[in-house]
Amino acid sequence: MAKSLQDISLDGLWNNNPALVQLLGLCPLLAVTGSVVNALGLGLATTLVLTGSNFSVSLIRNHVPDAVRLPAFVMIIASFVTVAELLMQAFTYELYAVLGIFIPLIVTNCSILGRADAFACKNPIIPSVIDGFMMGLGFTVVLCLLGAMREILGQGVVFSNMQLLFGPDAEHWKIVLFSNYPDFLFAILPPGAFVAMGLLIALKNVIDKRIKDAAARVEKVPTEAVSKRVRVTGKIS
Amino acid sequence: MALLTLSSPHAHGSNSTSKVMLTVILATLPGLAVTTGLFGFGTLVNLLLASVTALVTEALILKIRKRPIGFFLRDYSALLTGVLLGLALPPLAPWWITVVATAFAIIFAKQLYGGMGNNPFNPAMVGYALVLVSFPVQMTTNWAASSQMGVDPAGLGDALNAIFGGHVSDAFTGATPLDAYKHQIAAKTAEEVLKDSTFNGFLNGGWAWVNLAYLAGGIFLIWKRIISWHIPVSMLTALALCSLLLGWDSDMYTPLSLHLLSGATMIGAFFIATDPVSAATTPRGRLIYGAGTGIFLYLIRTWGAYPDAVAFSVLLMNFAAPFIDAYTQPRTYGHAKAARGLKKPGAK
Repeated sequence: MAKSLQDISLDGLWNNNPALVQLLGLCPLLAVTGSVVNALGLGLATTLVLTGSNFSVSLIRNHVPDAVRLPAFVMIIASFVTVAELLMQAFTYELYAVLGIFIPLIVTNCSILGRADAFACKNPIIPSVIDGFMMGLGFTVVLCLLGAMREILGQGVVFSNMQLLFGPDAEHWKIVLFSNYPDFLFAILPPGAFVAMGLLIALKNVIDKRIKDAAARVEKVPTEAVSKRVRVTGKIS
Repeated sequence: MALLTLSSPHAHGSNSTSKVMLTVILATLPGLAVTTGLFGFGTLVNLLLASVTALVTEALILKIRKRPIGFFLRDYSALLTGVLLGLALPPLAPWWITVVATAFAIIFAKQLYGGMGNNPFNPAMVGYALVLVSFPVQMTTNWAASSQMGVDPAGLGDALNAIFGGHVSDAFTGATPLDAYKHQIAAKTAEEVLKDSTFNGFLNGGWAWVNLAYLAGGIFLIWKRIISWHIPVSMLTALALCSLLLGWDSDMYTPLSLHLLSGATMIGAFFIATDPVSAATTPRGRLIYGAGTGIFLYLIRTWGAYPDAVAFSVLLMNFAAPFIDAYTQPRTYGHAKAARGLKKPGAK
């Protein structure tokens, strides 16, 4: 019954996406997606924590009694969050300062504890690591999409301040889509994040429905053809 | 029991949705006329722009939702949303503010919830609140000055230039009385504040005329039985009581006359709070709903960051409307009153 690695990856990125389907970790999701760089920074940190915690939890899964598993998981997650925090302080200090409290708060992100308890503590190391990484990636992609939507709508630019994450070379990555754009505060404020998030979820549901309908059509066609075929040659066995 | 009622020729009400909506639009005409006369052609241009945007967006979304377009456009509810927004927005607001507010009102506040009759919030006020929160500078400082403030109101050319060209001349703009009073009263006495040109003429620089015109339109609506008296009366009473009890000192707080006859009080009480879809529907519920709106209106106007608060107070009470309705449902004849809420001690 073990899932293939491909299924695990697909689950994390699409079918069971932590942000769009499980709706976990909404607090940082809505709070820091004001711009792509913030979203990417938080997404990468979360991915790191998720992968690391899934790895460690899977490693000790046969040695921790059920009764104390949650405190143990939280300790592991907290350690990885501290690592991520220190790494960000060391290498991208400005971004760390922008994201502020939301980096330590990764520890309370339900999707991390959720994956540890629902997946990593029941599966071997490799699937757990893949699961953690893909869930993190799915989360990051949604964060970046939200960040881009809100940055474009809110300020009329996209990829601003990328130098916070990628060094001084990235300063001119900023694309000004509309010059002389009046700041659309609603998109920058949290209500805009809720609306954008709702639109993304709706979009995913529409795509899922299209895929399902298309699959249903493909299945339907041959059965109709078979039932209507009139046999004119060969033997009837 | 047979529910057939055979005797008497029971008269049928001739009110259809479209007739109701058209009557409401008709009732805004005095307000529109006075606003245009005093503040220039901006309101008229805004109103046309908002109406066209509302109808186009509604048609577009109905097409996407595969609903009959003509049928829903002919109920004029989208047109009414556009008209109310056109009247509520500052006369010289840039065109994109009007378009954004109207499109958001129709798409997000109305159609995404299921269209006509299903929206929990007043669409026009959702659109208004969106642009008010998003573009505070354009929304609160660009009100047109009225002719009674000693300024010639913007003509058609000036209004078009301001709305589409973005050239808003300072000559045509001014603060609203509510805003001016609230900000100046901190440092001055009432007498000094009222010397400001904003308060020229009969009661507050023309604003009283606008409000009286909407009051007339509102009374017409009550007379035509389009709206009931409960919401406007309880809203205005609550506002007046708050103002008398909490803000009786006009050297510290905005006086009662300004509360009642300035800002969006009358259009809010008669045209916006009475929205049949998003307001409370039981008679007692309407009284509570109106009073709540009036209290919020006073609280936000006095201690909030915004000078006027009709949009916010109506939206806040929209949240509460289903709850109010559930608790104020009248007893059906022949039935015991439904038990709701906490159990009374001793009751089964």
